[in-house]
Amino acid sequence: MITRLILSDRGSRWLFAVLIAAAVLVPVGNLLVPAGSPLHIPTYTVTLLGKYLCYALLALSVDLIWGYCGILSLGHGAFFALGGYCMGMYLMRQIGGRGVYGNAELPDFMVFLNWQELPWYWYGFDMFPFAMLMVLLVPGLLAFVFGALAFRSRVNGVYLSIITQALTYALMLAFFRNEMGFGGNNGLTDFKDILGFSLQADGTRVALFLASCLALGLGYLACRYLVTSRFGRVIVAIRDAESRARFVGYRVERYKMWLFTFSAVLAGIAGALYVPQVGIINPGEFAPLNSIEVVVWVAVGGRGTLFGPVLGAMAVNYAKTYFTAALPEVWLYALGLLFVLVTVLLPQGIVGLLGRLRLRRRTSETTAATAEAP
Amino acid sequence: MNVLDHNEEFARAATAVPDTSHRGILYLEDISVSFDGFKALNELNLYVDDGELRCIIGPNGAGKTTMMDVITGKTKPDSGSAFFGQTLDLLRLDEPAIAAAGIGRKFQKPTVFEPLTVFENLELAMSGDKGVWASLRAKLSGEQRSRIDEVLEIIGLKHERSRRAGLLSHGQKQWLEIGMLLMQDPRLLLVDEPVAGMTPQETERTAELLTSLAGKHSVVVVEHDMAFVRSIARKVTVLHQGSVLAEGSMDEIQNNPKVVEVYLGDEH
Amino acid sequence: MLARTFLGRLALGWLLAVCLLPAAALADDFAERVAALNAGSFAEKQAAADAVAASGHPSAVAVLKALLDGKLHAAPDGRVLIVGADGAVDAASGEPVDAVAGSSRIVINNRMRAGLRGLIAQLSLGHPDAEVRLQAVRDMLPAMDAAAAAQFREALATERDDTVRDLLESGLALVDLDADDPAVRLAAVQRLDGRLNPTVRARLQAVADSDADPQVKAAAAAALKRIEGKLQRYRFVETLFFGLSLGSVLVLAAIGLAITFGVMGVINMAHGELIMLGAYTTYVVQQLMPQHLGWSLAVAVPAAFLVSALVGIAIERGIIRFLYGRPLETLLATFGVSLLLQQAVRSIFSPLNRTVATPEWMAGSLAINPALSITYNRLYILIFSLLVFAALLVVLKRTSLGLKVRAVAQNRAMARALGVRSARVDALTFGLGSGIAGVAGVALSQLTNVGPNLGQSYIVDSFMVVVFGGVGNLWGTLVAGLSLGVVNKFLEPYAGAVLAKILVLVFIILFIQKRPRGLFPQKGRAAEA
Repeated sequence: MITRLILSDRGSRWLFAVLIAAAVLVPVGNLLVPAGSPLHIPTYTVTLLGKYLCYALLALSVDLIWGYCGILSLGHGAFFALGGYCMGMYLMRQIGGRGVYGNAELPDFMVFLNWQELPWYWYGFDMFPFAMLMVLLVPGLLAFVFGALAFRSRVNGVYLSIITQALTYALMLAFFRNEMGFGGNNGLTDFKDILGFSLQADGTRVALFLASCLALGLGYLACRYLVTSRFGRVIVAIRDAESRARFVGYRVERYKMWLFTFSAVLAGIAGALYVPQVGIINPGEFAPLNSIEVVVWVAVGGRGTLFGPVLGAMAVNYAKTYFTAALPEVWLYALGLLFVLVTVLLPQGIVGLLGRLRLRRRTSETTAATAEAP
Repeated sequence: MNVLDHNEEFARAATAVPDTSHRGILYLEDISVSFDGFKALNELNLYVDDGELRCIIGPNGAGKTTMMDVITGKTKPDSGSAFFGQTLDLLRLDEPAIAAAGIGRKFQKPTVFEPLTVFENLELAMSGDKGVWASLRAKLSGEQRSRIDEVLEIIGLKHERSRRAGLLSHGQKQWLEIGMLLMQDPRLLLVDEPVAGMTPQETERTAELLTSLAGKHSVVVVEHDMAFVRSIARKVTVLHQGSVLAEGSMDEIQNNPKVVEVYLGDEH
Repeated sequence: MLARTFLGRLALGWLLAVCLLPAAALADDFAERVAALNAGSFAEKQAAADAVAASGHPSAVAVLKALLDGKLHAAPDGRVLIVGADGAVDAASGEPVDAVAGSSRIVINNRMRAGLRGLIAQLSLGHPDAEVRLQAVRDMLPAMDAAAAAQFREALATERDDTVRDLLESGLALVDLDADDPAVRLAAVQRLDGRLNPTVRARLQAVADSDADPQVKAAAAAALKRIEGKLQRYRFVETLFFGLSLGSVLVLAAIGLAITFGVMGVINMAHGELIMLGAYTTYVVQQLMPQHLGWSLAVAVPAAFLVSALVGIAIERGIIRFLYGRPLETLLATFGVSLLLQQAVRSIFSPLNRTVATPEWMAGSLAINPALSITYNRLYILIFSLLVFAALLVVLKRTSLGLKVRAVAQNRAMARALGVRSARVDALTFGLGSGIAGVAGVALSQLTNVGPNLGQSYIVDSFMVVVFGGVGNLWGTLVAGLSLGVVNKFLEPYAGAVLAKILVLVFIILFIQKRPRGLFPQKGRAAEA
């Protein structure tokens, strides 16, 4: 079945070819090729690629609800950040007595705030399996409750977009408060190691990169399974004719709610993989701008396809890395223009453009063939 | 708690079968709906027998579409009661529950799932478990496939089965929507202006189809095309300003002075 | 000490009577008197101080205060200087001078201090400006003694201003609180009942805690309770005002959106940046006319309207009109515009905040009583937002543009069939909504920092207000904005500013679940579609 999911679609074949190639070449290039060689891949690049993979998974999660079900979430960054915070809490507890204040129990920022004991919601995060469970549960539960409320009362379209934005905005304000117990403004940082392996070691970085590859691959497969099943056809039906779907007998709000929850869990996983690679999580991740940027990745790549958002996330983030280093002034202009141009001129994104080009080439080939025939 | 109650209600509705032991399948009593002071329905009373083919006519704004909205759960009335069979209170159910209980609806403007193929449209409409988990694992059985093929045959879209529904002509979309209704296999079909935009041949075939459905299913047709109504109707209800003006055979209706004044009068 | 002050006062009264000298002579004379302050003995200094007080010169109080505060210095060349933190001035002429090397502080003793306080009070209490007199009384209240009481009684004889009289009487009652006779103390407590001055409250508290006579003690406690009750009411009024003020800002920010989103159904994420442009227009206007700050806002309002309206029309014609009927795409494209506008402002004006000056007539506050004062800028902005709202209602309900706007909003196809040029109406409507955003920016420039991120902080709030009030309903926007502002301010004392905001956001999120069409929904079949 997995081979069917991968091979039945051109985009999927490409994606998996590239992912597998990267999963082989990047570790070899980083660990086996000596540092002086031109083929050596520096650890910095490995981490950067790993970060892009996390972004791609996040873009995939947004595309699943927006591209396939018409739910435009302007707050998906919140689920990403929550997953990230769960991972961050685990990494924080791993620091133990090696912090600046040397308190084995309390993270530095709590000692700094004169807190005497660990808040109850920090319990258990010293255990990796528990933390990973939370990575799935916290964003999932929030999305489930939020979705249950919003979709049951038929909050739709733009209204939903605006309240998702309000949600992430409210969470940002909340996480900025020191009293919340998540490090306030500075967030969680200064991580030392994960599962006993130093985060600074090349091997750990490569392992995290491989984990990101795996997560993206599995996430993609899961999405592909969803959209090719009858479930996928139902959500497309809901996207284009919601009330018709109701009259045919589908309980629209449940479909939306479960889809939204699944998408939030994917975003949470992406966040959890992102944090150990960048080494910090702070409330800035909740900023509404971040969530909207994700939407642009999807739009650039092409929504309503699974390959598109992955491509879009990679392309836009590569451009971002390039511009913010080379021409920092230009980046926001470029991003702004990208929003405008893609929505007005390229509603189907790069994938749509490629499809149109291929169609044109094929028709010109066939006309050429018929011209030669007589 | 409230949520739980609702779920139980849904669950009951999903498995419930309308009790038609008293011959009636639809009972609307004293239904009133108003929008910002405008009375769309004004103490409407309507009874439909099991297996009946009923035509509903009336000038624009008489409340025909609002009545359908009430029956299918889209609009909740301000007062009155609506029962499907003897026991199913329609006012306590939402749209999917009503659909599951066996009421199918065809819209005035044909609405099909445009990005999906004709085949997929019929597949989605097919009666059966429409829950989230079922849809994740759903696989078509041979029996179900042949049922879809059968309906494709009936609606004359056999050769279009893999075409995207959005690419069909207006008349074909009308047929596809009727096909989706057939797939739902409802006890009661609500059909809003089925022949709008159809050629005379297509209209004739639609009339045949609807009359053949009556008996096994109950059918309520809202239509403006008087020739069409004349060709299929046994019993006609005239709506005017949100309530029933007259009811009876086509001949009775045509000779009813009140009806002539408010409705047929306009045409002549 | 009592006798000394008394004598001083006698001398002063006499001097005041004699000193109706010609003005020119007065200036020279004043310089001499000031110079005399640098005398050898304290007695001579005291006499000189009395003479300065008696001069009737407008700077006399400043000189005496400087002497009291130890800021009066004598230069080697005989001049007397007032040395402050930001340089020195000549005490006699008031002109700035360079600090003079070798100057020394004119030293005074405790006895002189008491005398100086009396003189300053005397002079201030006789000042022609009621505001100065009020401040003088207020300053004297914490240290009331018999001498001050005598001055108060004298001042009461001629005082015409009710507020000052009131405070003078409080002062006299405060002195009576020290009387030996419990009856006098009781009467004093009763006279102090209902007065809001903090000194009065502190003294009553002391009496209620420790007076020897139980009756006086109980009376003081009761009076204090009544005062607290009154204060609480004023605090309530104050919070209400702050809430309405915040609400008026929300209304201003959201009202333009109520047009573009509510009437046209266009999601304009660049709305906040149109507000920002209005604020920057105010800044530019002030740069262009630095001499006429008072008028700058009056010029900035139409200027900001025009700038934002033109930018808005450009956005509508250039982008939005290609996206009608695709609200989510509109949202994304206009978000891109907002990034472009922000970055453009950063490139042109720098990423740092710009200072927009507050004209004099907007500064200061209206003190209604000691517990309640209202800042003018907030008051004016509250009034301004109501005016903008009223103007907008008039435009929509009474003009032909308004009629066309409503027609297109209700049924575009029908309006076109009737000959309304809908494209032009769209552009003008969008321009109107954007222009109002610009006007809001002028008001906001008086309340917050003007920077490239100004708009971002209002966009979420604005959408919340419009959605909460009910889309397409201007009155809903007004009610929603004001009530959210008030709720926010009433939550703040309990929850803190940030948590209050979070609670309001969460409340709105839940509210929208319950009533997706807001407080005042539009009904009817058209709204269902």
